[in-house]
Amino acid sequence: MGILEVKNVGKRFGGLQALGDVNLSVKENTVHAIIGPNGAGKSTLLNCLVGKLIPDTGSVMFDGQSVLGRKPFEINQMGISRVFQTPEIFGDLSVLENMLIPCFAKRDGAFSLNAITSVPSEKDVLEKAEAMLEEMNMADKRHMHAASMSRGDKRRLEIGMCLSQEPRLLLLDEPTAGMARADTNNTIDLLKEIKEQRDITIAIIEHDMHVVFSLADRITVLAQGTPLVEDDPQNIRGNPKVREAYLGESA
Amino acid sequence: MFGLDNKDTRMLLVVAVLTLCAPFILNPFPTDSAMAQFNAGYPDLMQRFVIFGIFAIGFNILFGLTGYLSFGHAAFLGVGSYSAVWMFKLLSMNVVPAILLSVVISGLFALLIGFVSLRRSGIYFSILTLAFAQMSFNLAYSVLTPITNGETGLQLTLDDPRILGVSATADGSIPVTSLFGLEMRSTFEMAVGPWAFQFNAGYYLCALILLAAFYLSIRIFRSPFGMMLRAVKSNQQRMNYTGLNTKPYTLAAFVISGMYAGLAGGLMASMDPLAGAERMQWTASGEVVLMTILGGAGTLIGPVLGAGFIKYFENIFSKINDHVLHGWFSFMPDGLEDFVVFIIHPFIGKGWHLTLGILFMLVVVFLPGGLVEGGQRIAKWVKGRKNKDDSTSATKTPAE
Ligand SMILES: Nc1ncnc2c1ncn2[C@@H]1O[C@H](COP(=O)(O)OP(=O)(O)OP(=O)(O)O)[C@@H](O)[C@H]1O
Ligand SMILES: [Mg+2]
Repeated sequence: MGILEVKNVGKRFGGLQALGDVNLSVKENTVHAIIGPNGAGKSTLLNCLVGKLIPDTGSVMFDGQSVLGRKPFEINQMGISRVFQTPEIFGDLSVLENMLIPCFAKRDGAFSLNAITSVPSEKDVLEKAEAMLEEMNMADKRHMHAASMSRGDKRRLEIGMCLSQEPRLLLLDEPTAGMARADTNNTIDLLKEIKEQRDITIAIIEHDMHVVFSLADRITVLAQGTPLVEDDPQNIRGNPKVREAYLGESA
Repeated sequence: MFGLDNKDTRMLLVVAVLTLCAPFILNPFPTDSAMAQFNAGYPDLMQRFVIFGIFAIGFNILFGLTGYLSFGHAAFLGVGSYSAVWMFKLLSMNVVPAILLSVVISGLFALLIGFVSLRRSGIYFSILTLAFAQMSFNLAYSVLTPITNGETGLQLTLDDPRILGVSATADGSIPVTSLFGLEMRSTFEMAVGPWAFQFNAGYYLCALILLAAFYLSIRIFRSPFGMMLRAVKSNQQRMNYTGLNTKPYTLAAFVISGMYAGLAGGLMASMDPLAGAERMQWTASGEVVLMTILGGAGTLIGPVLGAGFIKYFENIFSKINDHVLHGWFSFMPDGLEDFVVFIIHPFIGKGWHLTLGILFMLVVVFLPGGLVEGGQRIAKWVKGRKNKDDSTSATKTPAE
């Protein structure tokens, strides 16, 4: 049994069957990559996992509990954090504040009317946020306006924000899309480090095969809303079906 | 001090000094000088400054922090006024229970309206609040006449029960509002040479409550809760995917700002015990939006500045008339004098709205951060000049 079990999930948008009959099992403490051509339904599948979309059929179980019918914030509280295709951070806030918010969310839950204390007096949360910034190599940027950072730094911050919640499952939607080579390599290194140092399961959607083959323990190929194959990386490379559906296109 | 850092303590102290010394500061001109009409140190006007200051501070907690623009906050002000007047009618003329009730009732009312309106965001939220406020206005004006006394407005009468007080005073008149016996209207006049300064009990009560309200708003701004409200404004999507439920945050901000509005309404009725439906009209809701934006939305001091600025304009510029203008420009040749008065005429008296509108446009276009940004730019400019002076003198010194 994997930590994430997707069974017979289907999703229609009007006349378009975006997801046909998806079965997916992600094992704990592995990196599972989901690849496939444009429009294959990868983002749609991810949206079904985090409560942004509700699938028409099937079930999604996380750690033995169904996520269906729960709101995004509730699913997040269960231990699933998500990194978006374009970094979603609090642009108007400082980098430190960006990191403080998930730390407060972790400590105080979905809502807390904590208007009595001041942020600087919350030493335990501050320390945790500072430590995470340190780990992300962003401590020197703590007072920067988050919106004014480079895309690579925003991505780094977003990943740090997700990690500070100590999630059990981290979902990444094309974390290196639109990034320069150097930023991509930095992100690969960061994710490798996370994988080695933490008890965390990662599901990653990615177009960049370099990223996929550097990180993944297991790969699922999605085409036209259905999983084509699921296998280890070395077998995926040689699989003729995959070549046809996906790799063949770019080769 | 009081759990604030140095910068915030300093700001609180500045506001404290300004409000407590307002009778001096707002009366800089001798009573019978030509400039006396620019004096604003009269009890009723000063009361209005601080009451609208409280209203705007509360509005800013919602709009400045979460970015939710309510166009119906005057409804809460009106509800606060009605509640306070009912307390004067039924219980006693002491302002404390009246003010408490106005805060509680407007808070409940805000909970109801907020719960429905916050199902939408952006322009739809604004329209919903506007619709609710207009509905409240119309209810107060007609349907709810038994509670609001309709067009005439709710007033005290000689046969109100006032179970903890008296229905009528010994000489047969309606009793006046008081704070445990201290009459709100009692005013001490101090004459210093040609100046006259007025110290009014009601004003000082309002000023102290403003300071408390301001202090509370600083605490909210600096708290984790305040940071979450700014996060709501910045990125709701990220909040949802960070395990935070945005609904109760926005609702709490809405209710708090509704309670501030109710407090302002209760104080208004405490200074002058009557309440009318026009207090709830959409123009009144728009006014607090203008105050907040003009002063600087999302800043602590901005709304107070904006409220003072607009109320000063309303009361002082609207009193300037052609007669006064002719007095000012009488030194000019007749034709020119008439011409100048003709040019200025549309901007004064009833035309003060025009002046205010132009100023508002100028501020929004050139100072999006409001008067606060203006102040910051001036401070920066002064600092820059000083630094330049320092550096030039520093480079000069070795040459000597
Ligand atoms: N909200 C929606 N409404 C209607 N159609 C949608 C919606 N979201 C996705 N689709 C369609 O569903 C299909 C799958 O889209 P999806 O975004 O999941 O693909 P993807 O595999 O993530 O592609 P890409 O690699 O380009 O990101 C596409 O044809 C897309 O146009
Ligand atoms: Mg996608």
